[in-house]
Amino acid sequence: MVLEARNISFRYGKDTRQILNDFSLQIESGERVGIAAPSGFGKTTFCKILAGYERPDQGEVYLEGRPLISYRGYCPVQMIWQHPEQAVNPRLRMREVLREGDEIEEDIIRGLGIEEDWLNRFPAEISGGEMQRFCIARALGKRTRFILADEISTMLDLITQSQIWNFLVEEVSRRQIGLLAVSHSMPLLENVCTRVCDLSKITS
Amino acid sequence: MKRLNGRIWAAVLFGAAILFLTLVTAAGQMCMEESLVTDFSRKNMAPGISYIFGTDWLGRDMFIRTLTGLSLSIRIGLLAAGVSSVFALLLGTMAATMGRTVDSVITWLIDLVMGIPHILLLILISYAFGKGFKGVVVGVALTHWTSLARVMRGEVMQLKEALYIKAAQKLGMGRFKLVWKHMIPHLFPQFLVGLILMFPHAILHEASITFLGFGLPPEQPAVGVILSESMKYLAMGRWWLALFPGLLLVLTVVLFDVAGESLRKLLDPAGVHK
Repeated sequence: MVLEARNISFRYGKDTRQILNDFSLQIESGERVGIAAPSGFGKTTFCKILAGYERPDQGEVYLEGRPLISYRGYCPVQMIWQHPEQAVNPRLRMREVLREGDEIEEDIIRGLGIEEDWLNRFPAEISGGEMQRFCIARALGKRTRFILADEISTMLDLITQSQIWNFLVEEVSRRQIGLLAVSHSMPLLENVCTRVCDLSKITS
Repeated sequence: MKRLNGRIWAAVLFGAAILFLTLVTAAGQMCMEESLVTDFSRKNMAPGISYIFGTDWLGRDMFIRTLTGLSLSIRIGLLAAGVSSVFALLLGTMAATMGRTVDSVITWLIDLVMGIPHILLLILISYAFGKGFKGVVVGVALTHWTSLARVMRGEVMQLKEALYIKAAQKLGMGRFKLVWKHMIPHLFPQFLVGLILMFPHAILHEASITFLGFGLPPEQPAVGVILSESMKYLAMGRWWLALFPGLLLVLTVVLFDVAGESLRKLLDPAGVHK
């Protein structure tokens, strides 16, 4: 499978800065692409467009040659957000949050170090790092083909970071899922990804 | 003894309030016949051992009349406020989720109902539905949903933009499940507050339009009827005719508020450790 962004241009509102200008990128299944750029270069915006949360002003996102917006129901491109506390409903227990995903396997839950005890808690009762594991697990459903990881480890300590990235890399290569990793940290991307592209050199 | 925690307290309060309200409603229902019995050998008696709330100028037992009156008021209040707030929830959610046209129609409807003086519309609707219990309930229900519906619409508008709602959509969650699972739990506290605020409103409107002669028939011992009748006798020193029914009406409203507030506390996930 190929996820392809073709000639994407985007800006928020009329008289604002052009964030993405005629930007194209191709990710194939099993490939791990890193995106690096300083703040404000549209890394998150690009992820949102790739996952279908925003519509580009020009250009289109294609999955297997078909426009991504034509896919109904479960979206095969899943995004993991930088702020997990905004991505889970504060009134649902974590067990319910996992159930929102597409039949999450037990191995994924265990692999991410989620403890049985956490499942019965509300989001306000676990830490940000713990919550992020749930968000990662939720995005790794059965029908997921591409994962967009937007600064998913910035709030974690180094040991947890390496634990989570090791698991994620192993999981995506086992299932041949395409991964797009966004980070400020070049060393991290060089370790995780098969190819790295620097957004700041392309857009400006 | 271990101190009771906040949640157990809330549960106990909730249970007690609901129990009391149910008991009053049930007891009042059963005493309906008895509250109409007149006996001139015992008229105008002050509160005492055999008649704890005293008797009125027709020799009717005020305790039983108060009970039936409260029962009637609770039923009218609950029914009218309940129907009205569910109506508000539905319309508010529909306005925010079903597109521009539906939104403008519903907003227009809210403005329309709000634009007509409350009591006038209430009298007209009650009259059109043949007055009595049905007239009062329909009248109150159809006039009180507007402000709550507006609040609900605003809430849903805000919720729609929440990240976790958008994420749930991408995870393939259907429209109805989305509303049911993600939106209703967030709307419930506001809904509950709206319902609680509407309950005394409904009872007071029942009393006022009954007072004006467009509500319940005079033989029905509603609290509004009892209070307006006993006005004439207050000057003669028969304080008990108005005091006890009035006090109990206030108690009922307070208890309803306690029940609602403790339910809200129980359902609040931020309060699981209190």
